[in-house]
Amino acid sequence: MLRQPRHADLGSLATEQTDGDATFQLRDGGRIAVIGGGPAGSFTSYFLLDMADMVGLDIDVDIYEPRNYTRPGPSGCNHCGGIVSETLVQLLATDGINLPTSVVQRGIDSYVLHMDLGSVRIETPLQEKRIAAVHRGAGPRGVVEPKWKSLDGYLLGLALEKGAHLIPERVDHLAWVDGRPEVKTRMGLPQTYDLVVGAVGVNTNALKLFSQLEFGYEPPQTTKTYICELPFGEEFVERYAGNSMHVFLLDLPQLEFAAIIPKGEFLTVCLLGESIDKELVQTFLSSPEVERCLPPGWEMPEVYCHCSPMINIQGASVPYADRLVLVGDCGATRLFKDGIGAAYRSAKIAASTAIFKGVSADAFKAHYLPSYRAIGADNRLGKLVFAITHQIQKHGLGRRMLIRMVSREQRRKDAVQRMSLVLWDTFTGSASYREILLRGMHPFFVLQLLRHLCVATVRHAIAGIRSLTMRWRKPLSQQRSTLEEMP
Amino acid sequence: MNRGAIGRTYKSGESIIRQGDHGKCMYVIQEGRCMVVREEAEREVHLTTLEERDFFGEVPLFERVRDPGVVRATIRADEGGARILTVDRKTILARIHDDPSLAYRILETMSKRIRQLEEDMVRLVTEGMDPSDE
Repeated sequence: MLRQPRHADLGSLATEQTDGDATFQLRDGGRIAVIGGGPAGSFTSYFLLDMADMVGLDIDVDIYEPRNYTRPGPSGCNHCGGIVSETLVQLLATDGINLPTSVVQRGIDSYVLHMDLGSVRIETPLQEKRIAAVHRGAGPRGVVEPKWKSLDGYLLGLALEKGAHLIPERVDHLAWVDGRPEVKTRMGLPQTYDLVVGAVGVNTNALKLFSQLEFGYEPPQTTKTYICELPFGEEFVERYAGNSMHVFLLDLPQLEFAAIIPKGEFLTVCLLGESIDKELVQTFLSSPEVERCLPPGWEMPEVYCHCSPMINIQGASVPYADRLVLVGDCGATRLFKDGIGAAYRSAKIAASTAIFKGVSADAFKAHYLPSYRAIGADNRLGKLVFAITHQIQKHGLGRRMLIRMVSREQRRKDAVQRMSLVLWDTFTGSASYREILLRGMHPFFVLQLLRHLCVATVRHAIAGIRSLTMRWRKPLSQQRSTLEEMP
Repeated sequence: MNRGAIGRTYKSGESIIRQGDHGKCMYVIQEGRCMVVREEAEREVHLTTLEERDFFGEVPLFERVRDPGVVRATIRADEGGARILTVDRKTILARIHDDPSLAYRILETMSKRIRQLEEDMVRLVTEGMDPSDE
């Protein structure tokens, strides 16, 4: 008999409280399927097993992941810029998860802001490497002997160490059977679970499987990005990029954010914005600001690892039903930045809800949905932050004001680094967009901003007058030289 | 120590925090070991050695005082040095507010330390032993 579970009605004010409903409580021997073994799936499995162990609950967790993270190239990679944010590095360490040196290819302690007016290095107050540059797979296409391990592979390994089972197959069918989710792979027999956790990315057909379950799920809205791995060798990366992430604020339409991230032997170029196309990538790479960072005469190699993955820019409509919850990219993630951090947060809250509150739609509504909605609310503020950044990128006066303010802050280390911190958090994803906006609305920050804007305007005007004067004087001087040359 | 690794590297014997400092952060050992030393009456008492993934400096974070709490022991990198990650007070407290499960591991470690302290006290009283002699 096919019986569909209750839909998650986001708008209704359900009075039925099933937190304590024994039907939806996980018991000893409870079975959980996690579909997708990327960070969201591995974190959910890890915390489900960790919290179950804490309360003395014996559960089985199966992770369905067909990807082999020990294989270099696209087949073993989950396509992402590969930055673990400062906040996430700290939270993982607090949770007892240290990112090993075999996974972290470069600890980042600063970033260099590049604009047409010049470049400025911004360092963290602690001068400590707290951002991790990683490869999601075992390395780009063409790597023969991988020196570093995959982040996704490492996190999956942690979940397996906790007791999860890996089923290295692709799920091709999901259905409800007697109110329980059933999972089937092409080769395997159908398996019924007490809870299914959807942890797939937005670059997969698996999203359709959840839409077909008819619980009101509509996949997230996405946009195309661009990532490429340029092989420069460890020595060049060390000498030219060091421990800094290079961020570019260029007046290029459609481009919201561009960065070059040092990783072992490679520089990762990461472009974010509205539908990045090939033409924009070429314009970016041939811009003088980018050329300044690369060796003289450097040319794009004929073969290099690159991809144009989709990213989630607006969360899915309904991320749960009875015995089903969606975490990470297939649900909601942070706009443009810290996707791995958002996966960690949603995974942990979904896991704690399942273990302590049950697996009913009402339990997820009460305990998972608020955090899920908070991500969406913060992203709306994020759009505002990026709109402001875009305006600064577009206007020469804005860029002049920005570089002036940051340069002065960096010269005077004892000064309060308001703009530097706002930019640091915007570009590294280390704080919520709400915090960034609040910092940007601080009266002292606004006053400083206005002061630097005034100075930049005056200097811009003086430069304009000088240029006009030079143009006016030029014909005179030309006349004089012509007269002098006469016999 | 890997130059690209996260955190900050301390040389062998270098102090990470000193007794009497004001604790503003928590520290997590990423690599290596650290010695916890209490300075009393011009004498150093070796309290314990911390290993990789252990953390320290957490007590001042939770002391509800206007100024950050005072650190009660010096922590030094052991032989071979140590790589340490700093965890900001604000980051950790804000996240514990949103996700109380983040505090489980801290509570677990603090509980173990209290248990160890009780065992040391009992041994001191019953055997008159100095725990630092071990």
